[in-house]
Amino acid sequence: MMSPAVILLLLWMIVPLAMTLYFSFLRYNLLMPGTEAFDGIQNYRYFLTDPAFLEALGNTLMLVGGVLCITVIGGTLLALLLDQPMFGQGIVRLLFIAPFFVMPTVSALVWKNMFMNPTNGLFAFVAKVFGGTPIDWLGHYPLPSIILIVAWQWLPFATLILLTALQSLDSEQIEAAEMDGANAFSRFFHIVVPHLARAATVVILIQTIFLLSIFAEILVTTNGGPGNASTNIPFLVYAQSLLQFDVGVGSAGGIVAVVLANIVAIFLMRMVGKNLDL
Amino acid sequence: MARQVTLNRRLINTAVAWSLGLLIFFPILWTILTSFKTEAEAISLQPSLFGFDWTLENYQEVNARSNYPRFFANSVIIAVGSTLLGLCIAVPAAWAMAFVPSNRTRGILMWMLSTKMLPPVGVLIPIYLIFREFGLLDSRIGLVFVLMMVNLPIIIWMLFTYFREIPGEILEAARMDGANMKSEILYVLTPMAVPGIASTMLLCVILAWNEAFWTLVLTTTQAAPLTQFIASFSSPEGLFYAKLSAASTMAIAPVLILGWFSQKQLVRGLTFGAVK
Repeated sequence: MMSPAVILLLLWMIVPLAMTLYFSFLRYNLLMPGTEAFDGIQNYRYFLTDPAFLEALGNTLMLVGGVLCITVIGGTLLALLLDQPMFGQGIVRLLFIAPFFVMPTVSALVWKNMFMNPTNGLFAFVAKVFGGTPIDWLGHYPLPSIILIVAWQWLPFATLILLTALQSLDSEQIEAAEMDGANAFSRFFHIVVPHLARAATVVILIQTIFLLSIFAEILVTTNGGPGNASTNIPFLVYAQSLLQFDVGVGSAGGIVAVVLANIVAIFLMRMVGKNLDL
Repeated sequence: MARQVTLNRRLINTAVAWSLGLLIFFPILWTILTSFKTEAEAISLQPSLFGFDWTLENYQEVNARSNYPRFFANSVIIAVGSTLLGLCIAVPAAWAMAFVPSNRTRGILMWMLSTKMLPPVGVLIPIYLIFREFGLLDSRIGLVFVLMMVNLPIIIWMLFTYFREIPGEILEAARMDGANMKSEILYVLTPMAVPGIASTMLLCVILAWNEAFWTLVLTTTQAAPLTQFIASFSSPEGLFYAKLSAASTMAIAPVLILGWFSQKQLVRGLTFGAVK
C-alpha cells in the first residue's frame, strides 16, 4: 500500500534530477533554441569559477549559520523564560509563535518597507529620536538584514520545540540535584542542557533543510544585491536559469547545490541517527 | 512538593516575558495597525501607534482593485487541494508502515526524509520545462501537484508517528470479538486515526499556504496565490504601505488563527514525531 507514495517520490526525485544532470552537460540557452550541443564540463567550469559562486556559497553558509546561532541560543533562553511561572503564559506563547505563521513574502516586505526603509521606516524614526542617522539597512548591510528577517521567522519554531522539550523534563530530577547541593549553573549544564540536546538536534536539522533553500526573502527584499552581496546558491541558480535563460549553467549550478546539500545532509543524518532513535 | 515561587519573582517573569513577546509580535501588530491608516499616515515621518484616524478604505481598495479575491481563492485551492491529494496517497503508505512494518520500513522512512533535503533549485529547470511543455505553467493543477510532492514526506512521517501509537492489542481484541478485516478498519482503526489525520491536514495546509519558492517561480497571474500577489508589492511603483498592510493582514490572518490552534501538533509534525 505504500508503493504509490514510494513510486511518486522516486519519480519526483529521479526524473527531474536526471534531466538536470543531462542539461548540465549541454550548451543550452532558452533564448537560442535549436543550438543545444554537448559541452562537456564547460558549464561546471563556468559556474564554479564565476566569482559570484564563491560569494553565494559564503552567503549561504552565513545565512544558515547566522540564523541557526540566533534561533538556537535565543530559542533556548526564551524557552527557559517561558517555562517559568508567570501570569498569562498561554497568551505570551501565542505572541511568541506568531511570526512562524507569517508567509515569507509578507514578513520580508513588512520588514523591508515598514522597518528598514531609510526614510520612513520605523528603525529610521527610532534612530532620529535618539539623535542618530538612519541607516539604509538593506542597502548597506543586506545579508545581516536578511539574517535578521529570517531569524525572526524561525525563532518561534526553535522556542516552541525547545519549550516543549523543557516541559517534559522531570522536575523531581532538578529538585534532587538541588538537594544534593548543585547550584543553578551546574543544574543547567548537567541536567537541562543534556535533556535539550535531542530537541536542539531536531531544530538544527529541520531549520537547515529550510534555510539552505531560502529564496522568497531575498527575491522581494534585495533581489540578491547590491551586486551579489545577498545572493545565495538557490538565488544564483534561479537568476542563472530563469532570468538569463542559461539552462546549461543553471543546471550545473543546480547539481552543485544538490551536492552541497548532500554533504550537509550526511553530517545531519549522522547527528540525528545518534540523537534520535526512531 | 511543588516548587515555591514568590509573587515577586512571578511578577518579574511576567513583565520580562510580556515585553519580549510584544517585541517579537510587534511587526505583525504594526502591520495590522498600518492597514487601518491612510497612505499619508502610513509613511508619515512621525508614526503613531494608535492615535490616527482609523479607516477601512485600504481593505475596500485592495478588494476592489487588485482582483484580491482571485488570489485568495487560488491560495485556498492550492493549499487545500495539495493537502487532500497528499493525504490520499500518504494515508495508505503510513498505514502500511505503521501496522505491517517490514525490516525495510525504517530505511524507506529515512529515505523519504532525505528527499526533503533535495534543494528545490536542483529540479527547478526540469520542472519548469516540463510545465511549459504541458501548459502547466501558471496553472492551479500544476501547483497542487508540486506542493503535494513537496509536502508528501512530511505528511507520511507525521501520519506514521500517529498511527504507530495506536495499540496493536486493540486489533487482537477486535478479532477475538469476531471482527473481520473490513470492520476492523472501519470501526476500530479509523476512529482512532482521525485526530492524527486532522492534525496532519492542519499543518500541511499551513505549510502549503506559506510555500514561497514554487508558487513564486511557477505562477504569474492566473494561478498566482497570495505569496505571489504580496511579492508584487516589492516593485517601487507598487509601494503603498497601507494597502500592502491590508493585503498582508488578510493573507496571514487565516493561517495565524489556524496556527494558534495547532501549536501542539505543529511541534510534533515538524519534528517528525521526535519531540512531543
